[in-house]
Amino acid sequence: MITPEKLLEELGKEKLIRIYSTMVRIRCFEEECEKQFTVGKIHGMLHVCLGEEAIFTGACETLRKDDYTIGTHRNHGLIIARGADPRYMMSEMFGKKSGYNKGKGGDMHITPHGLGVICSTAIVGSGIPIALGAALSSKMKGTDRVTVCFFGDGATNQGTFHESLNLASVYNLPIIFVIKNSQFAVSTPITMTAKLKRLSKRAVSYDILGITVDGNDVLRVFEVVREAVERARNTRGPTLIECISYNRQNPKKYDVEIRDWEKIYGDPIDKFEKRLLKSSILTSSQVEEIKRSVVEEMERAVRFAEESPWPDVEEAFKDVFA
Amino acid sequence: MTSHGQREISFLEAIREALLQEMRKDGTVFLIGEDIGRFGGVFGVTKGLQKEFPDRVLETPISESAFVGCAIGAAIAGMRPVVELMFADFVGVAMDQVINQAAKLRYISGGQITIPLVIRMPFGVGMRFAAQHSQTLYSIFTHIPGLKVVVPSTPYDAKGLLIEAIRDNNPVLYFEHKMLYGLKGNAPEDEYIIPFGKATVIEEGADVTAVSCALMLHRTMEAVKKLKKERVSVEVIDLRTLVPMDKATVLESVRKTGRLVIIDEDTPRCSIADYIASFVADEAFGYLDSPIKRIQPPSTPVSYSPVLEDLYLPTSETISKVIKSLC
Repeated sequence: MITPEKLLEELGKEKLIRIYSTMVRIRCFEEECEKQFTVGKIHGMLHVCLGEEAIFTGACETLRKDDYTIGTHRNHGLIIARGADPRYMMSEMFGKKSGYNKGKGGDMHITPHGLGVICSTAIVGSGIPIALGAALSSKMKGTDRVTVCFFGDGATNQGTFHESLNLASVYNLPIIFVIKNSQFAVSTPITMTAKLKRLSKRAVSYDILGITVDGNDVLRVFEVVREAVERARNTRGPTLIECISYNRQNPKKYDVEIRDWEKIYGDPIDKFEKRLLKSSILTSSQVEEIKRSVVEEMERAVRFAEESPWPDVEEAFKDVFA
Repeated sequence: MTSHGQREISFLEAIREALLQEMRKDGTVFLIGEDIGRFGGVFGVTKGLQKEFPDRVLETPISESAFVGCAIGAAIAGMRPVVELMFADFVGVAMDQVINQAAKLRYISGGQITIPLVIRMPFGVGMRFAAQHSQTLYSIFTHIPGLKVVVPSTPYDAKGLLIEAIRDNNPVLYFEHKMLYGLKGNAPEDEYIIPFGKATVIEEGADVTAVSCALMLHRTMEAVKKLKKERVSVEVIDLRTLVPMDKATVLESVRKTGRLVIIDEDTPRCSIADYIASFVADEAFGYLDSPIKRIQPPSTPVSYSPVLEDLYLPTSETISKVIKSLC
């Protein structure tokens, strides 16, 4: 573990500002989604990553463009961290033709496949085996592309999690499993569904490395995932990383708990912002400028989505088969 | 039946030859499943393949969800995996991966994702394997949009349909009947494909149309041979693929004969036989001279005891009795 000061120095101003901006973009996109959901422009269900910005941003910052990632039904943060355009994301949220999935996926399935997003699947735990396949393809083709697979704490109680960690270990696959431990599976606290205090300990059963980090500290997430990516790229096998965080959407119903989490872990963006200000990497006017331009970007995304046409009726019958 | 050359191979050898030839031809084709390497699979289908392709015949833990999902991911990332499920029945363990993932990810993604995946599933009654190793199950998958379902009945079709399945850019479930593995038939050594959605009329006839596949097709042919002597002329259609379904060939035949019998090994409720009966009733009602008959096992699990298992599948006698009753 290196000191935060050293890591700041090593990353350099440009990268640090990019990381900060990405986190703000995720936050702002999700807040915009909440607004648009309330007014009925976003249909069905809404799953936001509020509070999980550091995990996606820190992890994806370690990746090459050609690396694979796979997320869950709560995926917007990952997709923004991989460089997706919020206009096509918001269009997808609105169910419009110009969405990444032509309006056929929506909130839980936004898939900019060209950005290394394998798929976005919404059955808890189902993406973990699929991620193995992406990693296996790298191995069989003899490339050094790695796969990072994200899922929530709830997925660690699915059979697919255990089967997949075992298979990844046995095949020595270039894969990193990232648990976003948001403390809750919908309403059920993880303390009610798992006895282990640290979910990363589950790695022991499969003889792979397991690490728990503060998922609200973007630099720590970056550092740990970078090491794991390095191992995977050099055929030294999979890693399980638990990022402790919380998601603001679910525990809303549990005011007491959310206040507690905030007290314990702090807000990931505020934390990073303070550090950047303190190290004079950003000034407060620069912070304001970044936030203002991101807000404008999201407003443009909403306008774009609103002005986009609905899918053609024939679209319903396309893409069942290739 | 049309001639397919002089060389005779078994149904099992036809499947193995298709796998071998496609692996030699295309470096992205690989096999994954339980005990398929050194052991060659419980039925011996993949015997010897690991020797030639040590890195492309992957043995797995007993984790059907994980290795079916892994194959889906590999397919999305540009490989052409062929999964062997030890028994079709085991697909239950991996059901989410098949019906929610393989079948839907392309559609959900708006066509960005392609999943060229084959899942081979040994199925069917006849080996005294009891209720969890004898099921047919293909009807269930015909119900799910996004999956192709293939059921070969001869060595020739087994090879040509499997090569087509491997080259297809969609998830294909390939059902191979355990009792047909030893069946001999002619098939060319060179590679060839049989396109999906083309049923074959294996026997022309005038009085009744009999539609079937896999083991039941062979029982139907036994019945038809006997009926010939009694001057009942039956047109027999081998479906080959259930999705896509060659409705045109079935409808054309029914319009000619006016009578339809569907002989199917799957259990009767909401089965492929029901589907065939319904589209014929819809689209050729005016041509029918008698009610459509379905000959299928009962809606029960398969028993172990030889006495009970033998009762399960319709016999050629039953088939011939039903056909005669229509004329």
